[in-house]
Amino acid sequence: MSIDPRAVVDPPTEPLNEETEQIVVNMGPQHPSTHGVFRMILTLSGETIVKAEIVMGYLHRGVEKQCEEGTFVHNITATDRLDYLSAMSNNLAFSMAAEALAGIEVPERAWYIRTIVCELQRLASHCVAIGTFGADVGTFFTPLSYAFRDRERILDMFNMICGARMTVSYVRPGGVALDLPEEFIPACRYFLDLYPQKVDEYETLLTKNEIFKARSVGIGILPPEKALSYAVSGPSLRASGIGYDLRKDQPYGIYDRFDFEVQTATGCDCFSRYIVRIREMRESAKIIKQALDHLPPGPHTAKLSRNFRAPEGEAFSRIEAPKGELGFYMVGDGSIAPYRCKIRAPSFINLGPLHEMLLGWKVADAVAILGSLDIVLGEVDR
Amino acid sequence: MSNFINNFFPIAANWIGTALASFLPGWIANIIQIVISISFFFVFGTIVVMSLVYLERRIIAFMQDRLGPNRVGPQGLLQPIADVLKLFSKEDIVPTNADPIVFKLSTIVMVVSALLVYAVIPFGPGMIISDLNIGILYAIAIASLTAIGMLMAGWGSNNKYALLGAMRAAAQVISYEIPLVFSVIGVVMITGSLSTVSIVHGQAAWSGWRWNIILQPIGFVVYFIAATAELNRTPFDLMEAESEIVAGYHIEYSGVRFALFFLAEYLNAFAVAALGATLFFGGWLGPFLPPYVWFLIKTYMLFFVFYWMRGTLPRVRIDQLMGLAWKYLLPAALANVVITGVGIWVYQVLIA
Repeated sequence: MSIDPRAVVDPPTEPLNEETEQIVVNMGPQHPSTHGVFRMILTLSGETIVKAEIVMGYLHRGVEKQCEEGTFVHNITATDRLDYLSAMSNNLAFSMAAEALAGIEVPERAWYIRTIVCELQRLASHCVAIGTFGADVGTFFTPLSYAFRDRERILDMFNMICGARMTVSYVRPGGVALDLPEEFIPACRYFLDLYPQKVDEYETLLTKNEIFKARSVGIGILPPEKALSYAVSGPSLRASGIGYDLRKDQPYGIYDRFDFEVQTATGCDCFSRYIVRIREMRESAKIIKQALDHLPPGPHTAKLSRNFRAPEGEAFSRIEAPKGELGFYMVGDGSIAPYRCKIRAPSFINLGPLHEMLLGWKVADAVAILGSLDIVLGEVDR
Repeated sequence: MSNFINNFFPIAANWIGTALASFLPGWIANIIQIVISISFFFVFGTIVVMSLVYLERRIIAFMQDRLGPNRVGPQGLLQPIADVLKLFSKEDIVPTNADPIVFKLSTIVMVVSALLVYAVIPFGPGMIISDLNIGILYAIAIASLTAIGMLMAGWGSNNKYALLGAMRAAAQVISYEIPLVFSVIGVVMITGSLSTVSIVHGQAAWSGWRWNIILQPIGFVVYFIAATAELNRTPFDLMEAESEIVAGYHIEYSGVRFALFFLAEYLNAFAVAALGATLFFGGWLGPFLPPYVWFLIKTYMLFFVFYWMRGTLPRVRIDQLMGLAWKYLLPAALANVVITGVGIWVYQVLIA
């Protein structure tokens, strides 16, 4: 009797598989909600995420290497393009590192101006964060439109100060590029008087909205231990209940002179990250008011050669940027350019826990969780 | 004169019919008259969709503190025409890996099912294509055909986002069908008829003000929420959620086919708003103005609520959406049926 060989190798009939077939969805780099060219490879069972892989690097421009080529002042323009929503803060962090390396004293008026513009920048950046988060959870751009309307006023003020709206290159080593124009202070005061009402508007649209709460409360939990182990910083860390803010914990510049609270929330979820930003906006407005009240006369910049040289050595400076802790590590070799410049980019580091935060949530939540972390791809990929 | 204005369209149709019958055999005249009225509705539907798109963009723009389209024509009124021309002049792309038959057929299913609903919508006395005695049942049955069109589009496109959107569409439309039907039952119980014309006549008591919304508030709320979900409008626009699955089931469509999807979506939305006006707001009833004007006013007012919600609310998640349908809307609709039944019984006992 001959045996048909195919009968032997035929696999046994598989038991009926009741599990849904998993599909891999490639979200990005071309996707409306990835805030740029960010890519998530999601493995889905139905609509639930069972595996998430983060891919980045599509916007890599080699900013750190560029910084070795130009002079210290040249490099300011490169830092504008890191976190392009908060150019002032990037300028400040870079300038502080250069000042520490070269031992430059900054006049007091310059510090006040720096504080004012950086806090204005924080307002502008949080406006974008809140607006786009609203769009991510599915509003038809109404919060976004409101937030951008108010951000526009801030950008107008930047235009008034330095003639640029986004790539400002205003804060320079030694001080700021230009003194404040006369019309700036009344414009800024007018804006600050109206601003709390604008924040109330965002809150009416979002904070009190039941659907918004259903979409954000308890979603995308980032426990404090995990936040610390991934070195998350900024509003995302403070939303996990850890009140760490460099402006209080290691006051740089003149931040120890101002009265403000570090805002925290204990929810560890998307809603907490949102509400921390809302509260920080109110606090920033307070800081700007105090700085305007005490703005001293004097020079706006130290007397400094345009191509100043930094001695051999190294320096590290960090500030509380809108997205988190922004650090510049700089090595000098006695020339007019840094020998090495390393950037600690908060957006990049805050993305660390994302692949764990996404697990078990739906596709719709993936967008909300990413939006609540508030990343800017210019900074992630550098 | 006022009778002429109020009944302009039936009189015109009658006049055309008589004119045709004077020199053609009766059955040919009949067919031509039906074709004319259907073409009239098609043109009317297209104009309505254009106006809805224009109003949507303009009204939401005002809600968002911006201007909206205001460049093409006075106040941007010609913008929809420019958009349609652009869509018609685009290349018709069928993706390589798509199933071409299903891919192409789905648009037709969508538009045809959207247009069929208009057969039973009473725009005014005598202004209905066919006064079916099961009008409401017919409208709801036809409206749910769109789920098949969406599934075909999602499956035929061979795209993962489209498939996700289509699966959401199937789950959502079928779930919300049930509360939608139950919410209408209350109205049908009060009227005692499924015909849309009879439902309007039933609301003519109290000198034209006994609208069903007064007797059926729960029914209206359930109807409106379920209809919003069925129509795939914010906050239930999960199947084409642009921030999650980019455009959902019609992600691969462009040009004319995309325009047809758009047309079908807005035709459906207008039909459901028109049915809402018929069922709960007295249809064409109203003082002073001609009945068809009243009907359009009521329908556009209902549609304004869609715009309003789109300008305000975020999108719910798929599991929350299902929970809302099965845990809240369906029990509420069932309770409404019971309350209506008890109410009718009490009314009959008191009156009789």
